[in-house]
Amino acid sequence: MLIELTDQPIDVAAALAAVQADGAGAVNAFIGTVRNQSTGRSVVRLEYEAYDSMAVHQMRKVAEQAQERWPMLQQIAVIHRKGTLYIGDVAVIVAVSTPHRAESFAACQYIIDTIKQVVTIWKKEFYEDGQVWVAAHP
Amino acid sequence: MNLRIALFGITKEIVGQSQLELTAPEGQSVEQLMQQLQSTYPGLRQLTSFAVAVNNEYAATDYRLHERDEIALIPPVSGG
Repeated sequence: MLIELTDQPIDVAAALAAVQADGAGAVNAFIGTVRNQSTGRSVVRLEYEAYDSMAVHQMRKVAEQAQERWPMLQQIAVIHRKGTLYIGDVAVIVAVSTPHRAESFAACQYIIDTIKQVVTIWKKEFYEDGQVWVAAHP
Repeated sequence: MNLRIALFGITKEIVGQSQLELTAPEGQSVEQLMQQLQSTYPGLRQLTSFAVAVNNEYAATDYRLHERDEIALIPPVSGG
């Protein structure tokens, strides 16, 4: 299991290599990238702030929950970026390997969806004319 | 007892600093701490959600705090 929070660019190839397994016929990856607009405003850059120790602990916990739910999971990699990111940068990668593809899709989606709900990372969007902490206000 | 509370994201901006130190009665619950903070910093009431973490886990509101606990305020997360 590879769990990482980093302020360096994410190496997608290395994450995929980390989930290679002889027993796996399927590798599924979700790659979250920074897009140039949000709720109709032009995004210039993002800043991710993390409560590091809890974020890593919670990412590991989510991966372990997936492992319990899909015992056939071979390998899991979760890497999240923090700091300043620009359009096109990779913010997060979740990669899993399983014997067959159905569980691979399901486990990958479960991990990224749950990460977005519980992991202590906060995203601030910077526009040409302002900035907002995402999801902070109703 | 003395509590040290770490702040992140928007809570850091609402409170105006990255760490809070305050004195609380022994056995103060998470809920009491949240109420105390929300009355001191009304901006905390405007958040979509507001949680407290103790020792890297989300804490139940009836959890009774200890001086050695690592406490953090958790505004709505937005990773991914």
